[in-house]
Amino acid sequence: MLPIIVLSISGIVTLFLGFLKSRWILMPLTLLFILAAIVGVLLDKNGISPYAGAFPTMLSTDNVSIAFSGIILLAALFIVPLSRYYANQENAQPAEYYAILLFSLVGALMMTSYENLIMLFVGLEILSISMYILTGSDKDNLRSGEAALKYFLMGSFATGILLFGVALVYGATGGFDLHMIANYVRNSGNISPMLYLGLSIMLIGILFKLSIAPFHFWTPDVYDGAPSVFTAFMSTIVKTAGFAALYKILSVSFSDLYGFWWVCLAITTIATLIIGNITAVYQTSFKRMLAYSSISHAGYLLMAVTTFNAYSQKAIIFYSLAYALSTITAFGVLIIVEQTANDKYEAFNGLGKRAPLLAFVNTVAMCSLAGMPLTAGFIGKFFVFTSAADNDMVWIMIIAILMSAVGFYYYFRVIIAMYMRPAIESDVDNEVVVPGIYRTVLMLATLLTILFGLAPDLLTALF
Amino acid sequence: MLTLSLILIPAIASLLLPFIKGEITKTIAFVVALAELAVALFAISQFSPDIVTPQFAYDYPWIASMGVHFSGGMDGISMLLVLLTTILTPLIVLSTFGYSYNHSSAFYALILLMEAALIGVFTSQDAFVFYLFWEAALIPVYFLAAIWGGEKRIAITFKFFIYTIFGSLFMLVALVYLYMQTPGSHSSAIADIYKVALDSHTQSWVFWALFIAFAIKMPIFPFHTWQPDTYTESPTPATMLLSGIMLKMGIYGVIRWLLPIVPAGVAQWSTTVIILSIIGIIYGSIIAIQQKDLKKLLAYSSFAHVGLMAAGVFSLTLKGMQGAVIQMLAHGINVVGLFFVAEIIQRRLRTRDIDRMGGITQNTPVLTVFFMILMLGSVALPLTNGFVGEFLLLSGVYEFNHWYGAIAGLTIIFGAVYMLKMFQGVMFGEQNHWTEKVTDITLTESAVLLPLVVLVFWMGVAPGSFLKLTEPAVIQILQLATGK
Repeated sequence: MLPIIVLSISGIVTLFLGFLKSRWILMPLTLLFILAAIVGVLLDKNGISPYAGAFPTMLSTDNVSIAFSGIILLAALFIVPLSRYYANQENAQPAEYYAILLFSLVGALMMTSYENLIMLFVGLEILSISMYILTGSDKDNLRSGEAALKYFLMGSFATGILLFGVALVYGATGGFDLHMIANYVRNSGNISPMLYLGLSIMLIGILFKLSIAPFHFWTPDVYDGAPSVFTAFMSTIVKTAGFAALYKILSVSFSDLYGFWWVCLAITTIATLIIGNITAVYQTSFKRMLAYSSISHAGYLLMAVTTFNAYSQKAIIFYSLAYALSTITAFGVLIIVEQTANDKYEAFNGLGKRAPLLAFVNTVAMCSLAGMPLTAGFIGKFFVFTSAADNDMVWIMIIAILMSAVGFYYYFRVIIAMYMRPAIESDVDNEVVVPGIYRTVLMLATLLTILFGLAPDLLTALF
Repeated sequence: MLTLSLILIPAIASLLLPFIKGEITKTIAFVVALAELAVALFAISQFSPDIVTPQFAYDYPWIASMGVHFSGGMDGISMLLVLLTTILTPLIVLSTFGYSYNHSSAFYALILLMEAALIGVFTSQDAFVFYLFWEAALIPVYFLAAIWGGEKRIAITFKFFIYTIFGSLFMLVALVYLYMQTPGSHSSAIADIYKVALDSHTQSWVFWALFIAFAIKMPIFPFHTWQPDTYTESPTPATMLLSGIMLKMGIYGVIRWLLPIVPAGVAQWSTTVIILSIIGIIYGSIIAIQQKDLKKLLAYSSFAHVGLMAAGVFSLTLKGMQGAVIQMLAHGINVVGLFFVAEIIQRRLRTRDIDRMGGITQNTPVLTVFFMILMLGSVALPLTNGFVGEFLLLSGVYEFNHWYGAIAGLTIIFGAVYMLKMFQGVMFGEQNHWTEKVTDITLTESAVLLPLVVLVFWMGVAPGSFLKLTEPAVIQILQLATGK
């Protein structure tokens, strides 16, 4: 509760700070606000926050929601500094931009801690509307506008579907409260078919937001068209919030209907893994590859949701964090490379010589995304596979493993480009400048990736 | 502790090396590799072969919540392979003296990293630590091959990389599955995984999941297609690492992580595997006879040899297994020597084409002697190291099935054909205007070959001490694998 209050107020404050002459202060202030929100999360966790138990039927603070909130805020802390290039453009509106970013975090946090379907809807809308704006915020770029329009149309369509599902569930159970729904499912001997329909439709709405196949079509264009900072934002924070919401509703309200929903999720998991990974192979642009890779990682996360056992919670949380850290690093590198050339694979040629640090952090990020041991990504995959093996879902695991092998192919193409191919001649003279703040963020994310890969207990001990 | 320090010495050195620039890195890498050898020799002097439980063991909780321990130790088989790794690495480093690679600090750091990972593979006592090192061993050699390799290196090494990753991921499935079958709150320690009793249907698929990983690494027919090109295109130090040591990871994996874990699966599929291995022996030998490229010929000969080792292991006889273990050491020594000879010739002639060689022996008496001894070791002449291994291997396979033994025995004839043909083509015959100016080997080059040649004779004349080192461990594995 406390972080939501902090972020809402600081968002409004930031809007007014736009009147200030000195724009440079906005980013440090935003970082400070996010740090304050993290402190709020910690206070909530230890129960010393004045609002810890407020509105228990609307928002709750259990260990899972705190873990997800932590991941979201940490990711935000890393992404905000990466917007430097963007916020310094001539006609940019940094105050509005940072304010919207803070508001979107409010939505994301609500999605991790809702107790009531109305709150889920409100949180999702706050997050989505902010994202529509941010996607289109590169006003001079036609592709950014196209992406925003697509995202808006598809996204509002999905929200509508979700709302329809919520309405059906309400019709069947007579309540929006998660526990009330759970009670209905557990105690009523004759479950209304409307509930099944409502659950299915709600799932479709959420899977849409998570870009799970077959509801993923909007993802590549939107991710590709949006400014890279927001693509990083969408593929980490929005995904984490979405999975937190999905896991919460399934585990709290519908755990007794596991026999019904696991089949739906298993099928979409397989479709997502196959489509995401195979299509990523054919991309020529690093950014578009990352878009498809985000689809495939949604598949691994969904696999952990599908297995739904003692291991899944740990798997989802660890995987989300590992994925967020590496994705942010990858996008950070991409943003810098984009300044010198473009987002094609060739732009990375010879980066190992031109900018050894960038090449190194990107290598670690790619290894982690691919699931190489000694990185956090491997431990995440290990937890996910363990949870699948525990349910005897070896067949899903084998598909996931085959697709991981495909993943190695496209992630290592970047590494090959960086270290083994000579730089394109037109790029050689463009010096790759790595601003200090980028360096800090990238090194920190890489360090955490390796640290959690070496000692995962540091993280698992927290929740 | 001794085991852990064997892993840590090269690992730490490899992390520090990139910060040092210049030619000195070469010397530092050599000194570190020698120090590592000294530690390994000290370990072997303290080692008592009759104790079958892992010695010099270390054990630290790693992912405590999952029951995963960072643990390792050595029994006789591990000890022998650690010895192989620590003997070959300094020689591989020494073989690059007098020849400079770009970014040499990274080059030597990767070699040392590879050494650390290999020792980790050979000593780990926990399934996930094993997997970790297994993957970790791939990365350095991939970069060595892909950065410093020949013209077509990028595509070829990428194929190699994806191929082996593909196999290892199957192994990960099997290991995770086995881990989940351990009782209680689960444990991935090898001792606990040995206790898992699966029904024969499950064993059957777990067998293949594990076997594919090992078969790709060895490689066994039909999983070998990455091998000849990768060996040829890699820079010779990487080829030596691949053929001399990394190939043994596959055989070691079968012995330690396949036979005792799925005995019923092994019983079900051993004939199939032996037939595949024998196909590999014949197929590899016949292609080797046709080869004109020196490195490619050695690559195919290596492929044929590893087939025999696999057949020996899967014969599930004491002779076959002991033969495979001793042959791992012998083959490592011979093949590294032969690849270095190929490199020496290539440095002088700038070609690997056998047709453009001939008459080299007239200028190079010392090289000829070294080359001949290594070549004879490779064709398994009595009193050389190859003889001991191949003799035991063939009698093991013969014990398993007379016909298979007889067909596998062709390897000796074929081996003699392609090796002698190569030796003749390279060293004897008329000199041409390229080979006229060939100079004999330098002092550093003979410093690499001399220890290898000494080992060829030592193992050939007195194989007993090596066999005694591994026998108790091999007997224990056999007991687990056959239930006898």
